[in-house]
Amino acid sequence: MRARDLLHPRPEGLYCPPGDFFIDPVRPVDRALITHGHSDHARAGHRSVLATRQTLDIMALRYGDGFAATTQAALPGERLDLGGVSVTFRPAGHVLGSAQIAVEHGGMRIVASGDYKRRADATCAPFEPIACDVFITEATFALPVFRHPDDRGEIAVLLRSAGQFPERAHLVGAYALGKAQRVMSLLRQAGYDRPIYIHGALQKLSAYYQLQGIDLGALLPATLEPGGKRDFAGAIVVGPPSAFADRWARRFPDPVSCFASGWMRIRQRAKQRGVELPLIISDHSDWDELTQTIRETGASEVWVTHGREEALVRWCELKGISARPLHLVGYEDEGD
Amino acid sequence: MNRFAELLDRLVLTPSRNGKIRLLRDYFADTPDPDRGLALAAITGDLDIAAVKPAMLRALVMERMDDVLFGYSYDYVGDLAETVSLVWPEPAADAAKPSPTLSEVVSSLNAAGRANGPRVLAALLDASDIPARYAIIKLVTGGLRVGVSARLAKQALAEYGSKDVAEIEELWHGLDIPYSALFAWLEGRAGRPEPLAKALFRPVMLSHPVEDGDLARIEAGDYVAEWKWDGIRVQAVAEGGLRRLYSRTGDDISGAFPDLAEAMTFTGALDGELLVGRPPGWVGSFTDLQQRLNRKSVPPKMRQKYPVFVRCYDLLQDGGADLRPLPFLERRIRLEAFLSQLDPARFDLSQIVGFDGWEALEAMRKAPPHPVIEGVMIKQASSAYVAGRPKGPWFKWKRDPYTVDAVLMYAQRGHGKRSSFYSDYTFGVWSGPPEAEELVPVGKAYFGFTDEELRQIDKYVRDNTIERFGPVRSVRADRTSGLVLEVAFEGLNHSPRHRSGIAMRFPRISRLRWDKPSAEADRLETLKALLDTQAHVGGRGQGDSDTLIS
Repeated sequence: MRARDLLHPRPEGLYCPPGDFFIDPVRPVDRALITHGHSDHARAGHRSVLATRQTLDIMALRYGDGFAATTQAALPGERLDLGGVSVTFRPAGHVLGSAQIAVEHGGMRIVASGDYKRRADATCAPFEPIACDVFITEATFALPVFRHPDDRGEIAVLLRSAGQFPERAHLVGAYALGKAQRVMSLLRQAGYDRPIYIHGALQKLSAYYQLQGIDLGALLPATLEPGGKRDFAGAIVVGPPSAFADRWARRFPDPVSCFASGWMRIRQRAKQRGVELPLIISDHSDWDELTQTIRETGASEVWVTHGREEALVRWCELKGISARPLHLVGYEDEGD
Repeated sequence: MNRFAELLDRLVLTPSRNGKIRLLRDYFADTPDPDRGLALAAITGDLDIAAVKPAMLRALVMERMDDVLFGYSYDYVGDLAETVSLVWPEPAADAAKPSPTLSEVVSSLNAAGRANGPRVLAALLDASDIPARYAIIKLVTGGLRVGVSARLAKQALAEYGSKDVAEIEELWHGLDIPYSALFAWLEGRAGRPEPLAKALFRPVMLSHPVEDGDLARIEAGDYVAEWKWDGIRVQAVAEGGLRRLYSRTGDDISGAFPDLAEAMTFTGALDGELLVGRPPGWVGSFTDLQQRLNRKSVPPKMRQKYPVFVRCYDLLQDGGADLRPLPFLERRIRLEAFLSQLDPARFDLSQIVGFDGWEALEAMRKAPPHPVIEGVMIKQASSAYVAGRPKGPWFKWKRDPYTVDAVLMYAQRGHGKRSSFYSDYTFGVWSGPPEAEELVPVGKAYFGFTDEELRQIDKYVRDNTIERFGPVRSVRADRTSGLVLEVAFEGLNHSPRHRSGIAMRFPRISRLRWDKPSAEADRLETLKALLDTQAHVGGRGQGDSDTLIS
C-alpha cells in the first residue's frame, strides 16, 4: 500500500480513505480523530469524535457537552480497528491528553504526531517514539535558532525578578490550555508556595488539571472584591496573553509583563509585544528535538505540517530522508 | 558570564529608569570584582576589546552549519549576533566544565592576536550557552545597545553606595577599569579613591525652571541675567598637558572637537555653551551644531563649515585655584580676565543682560534679539558653584514653546504602568492641495497629559480604531472626525527621514482640543515656515544640512 493512499490532505484535514476518518479536521466531518484539545485541532460540530478521555473532557469544557453527536475514548496504546485500519493513540507530551495517532494498514504505518514535545512536563504523559514508515511532524519551531532552554531556569528568572521587584505584580501571559498549568506546576516544583492568581479564562481548565491529580497548589481568582481593593504587589498572576493588553490589567500595580512562549527566544518578538520578562517555555519541540525525533522513528519519509516547513525539509534532504510539506491549512500555533 | 548576559537581556527590555537602576544595583551587589567592573565598563562604553568584523563571525558559523539552514535562520531573526548565538552548535558533552567568566572572556580576547582571534572566539562560544554567546558576540562586534547611558550607570552606582551621583562623576575619569577601588569605597571598605589623573571633570551646577510664584519670592536686585543660548553645555578642562572637553554628564567628547582643543591654551576649567559659528557675528542653530555631535572623525571641510566655539559663563578652576566656593560675581571677574588670554573665535564671554525688574526681563525673554536664544538664565550674584540642582541660586526662564494643532493618527501601547494604555501618540498635520488634503505625521509624543486625560485618549483610541498592527492602532483621522492635539515643542529640524521633512524637538501634548474639528488643525506649510525662520540664522543658512535630532 502506498502511503498517500492511506492518508492524504483534503480541505477538511488529513483523510484516511480505507478507514473513512479525518485527523484533526478543521471543518465538521462525519468521523474525526483528535490529537489534542487546542482549538485549531479540536473543533466542535463533528458527528463522532475519537480522542483520549482527557481530550474529550477538555473539548466538553470548552464547547459544552454537545460538541459532537457521539464520542469514544481511546486508551493509550490500545489498538482500535476502523474499517480494517488499525489505529493506536500514544502520548505526545504536548498538553494534558495529547496523543500521536498511529495509522496502520496493509503493512504501512504512518504516525500523525500532532503537536509534541520531548521535555519532561509534570502536567502530561511523556512522548513515546513510535517506529513507522512515514512520520508526520509539526514544524512550529523548525528553525535551527529555536532551542528551548531548561524550563526550570526560566522559572528561576521569574522568581528572581519577583524577589527583586516586590512592589510590582508579575503578569505571566500563558495560553489557557497547557502552558498556563505547566507554568503553575513549575512554580510549585520550584518551591513557590504563595497563592497564584489566575484570570477567569483559566479557571475551568486549571480545576480540571487539579482533578486529574496535577498539583497546582492554591489558585485564587485575580479579581477585585467588591468594595475592597486587593493589593497584588508581589503577586504572580497568570492569564491569557491577550488579557494583558486589555483594561483588565489595570488593577495590577506597575505590572511586569511576562510571556511564557517558545517565541520569546527571539528578542525582537519580545520587544514588539512589549514583554519585559520573556520566559522561553514551549509546549512544542525545538529544532534539536524535532530532528532527534525524526531519527528515532526510523521513518524513511517525513511529512511536515504547519510551521516553518522549508528548514525541516532541507534538513531531511541533507540526511537522505525523503520529505515534503503537507500544506494543511487552518492550524495556528495556539499553545505557544 | 551568565549573570552578565541575563543583566543585558533584562536591561534591554526594561523600560523604566528605576527598574534599570535596580537591575544594575543588584548586579553590582551580587557580582564579584573584577567582573562587575568589566560589565560596568562595557555598559558605559569604556571597555576596550579586540573587535571582530561581522564577515568573520559569519565565516566562523558557516564552517559549522549548512548555509541554506543558516540563511533561513538569519532571514527569520534579522540580527547577525543573535542568529549566530542561537545556531552555534552545542559542544558535545563536556557539561561539567564551567562557562567562562566575563573577565576570562575579556582577557582571552585581548590576548589573542589578529591571526588567532577567530579561533579564540570560537573556543569561547563553544564553552558558553546561548545568552552568554550573545553577550560575547555583542562585546566583540561593538555596542551593547541596552538602553543604559553612562549617566544612568553612574546613578546606579550612586544608589548602590548611597552617594551623590556628582561625586561619582567627579571621580569617574580618574578611575581605572575594573573600578575595584570605586566599589571598595561604595561598599564602605575603603576611603574615597584619590584621583591621580589630570584634567578631571567637575560636576556641573544646574538650574531650575522658573515656576509660578518663584520670582515673587526673590529680589531682582540680587540676581544677574544672561541669555540662554541653544547649544550644549560643556566643560573645557586643560591641565598638565591634557585637554578635555566634557558633556554635562561628564562624558569625554574631546575627540569630536580637535579644532576647539587646539585653542585650549590654558590651565583651568571653563563652563559654557558649545555653539557653531564665529563670534561675535555668527551663531549657528542647534541643527548646525548637530553636524558636529557624535562624530568619530571630523573632516577638514566639516571643521570649516561648522566651526565650534564655547560661549563661556563660568570659571571653575583658574590655574591651581579652585574658584567654585567664590561668589558668582567674583568668579565672573576672574572669567573675564581669563578669557582675555584666549582666542576669541573659540572662547567668548556670555554677556550680562541688564534688566530693571522681572517684568522687564520677561519682555526680553519673550522677544530675544537672536533666534538661537531660547530664554534667559537668572543667577544669584552671591552664589557659590555647587554640583547638582540646588533650588534658588540658578533659574532658567525659557521662551514659551511653539505649539501646533495636530491630529492623532496612530497610538501605541505603553510599557510598565502604561502597558494597558495606548499612551504613545503619532500625530500629523494637513498637507496637499485643498481638494485632496491628507495628514502627514510630524511627530510622536508620550507625555504632557494628566492620568485622567490619558484615560480619555485611551478610550478614544479604542473606540476609533480602524486598523491594528501589533501594539499599534491606526485611529480614525479624516476631515470630518479626529482628535486634535495641541502639541508643544522647542523647535524644528530638517529631516529627510520623515515624509513630512521635519522633526520636532521635545514634542509633548499640551492640550486636548476635543472642541476643535479635525479639518481645522494646522497645515504643514505653517511648520515649514517656522523651520525657515529658524534656519536663517546669523546671516548664514544651514545649507544642505540633513541632520535629525536624536
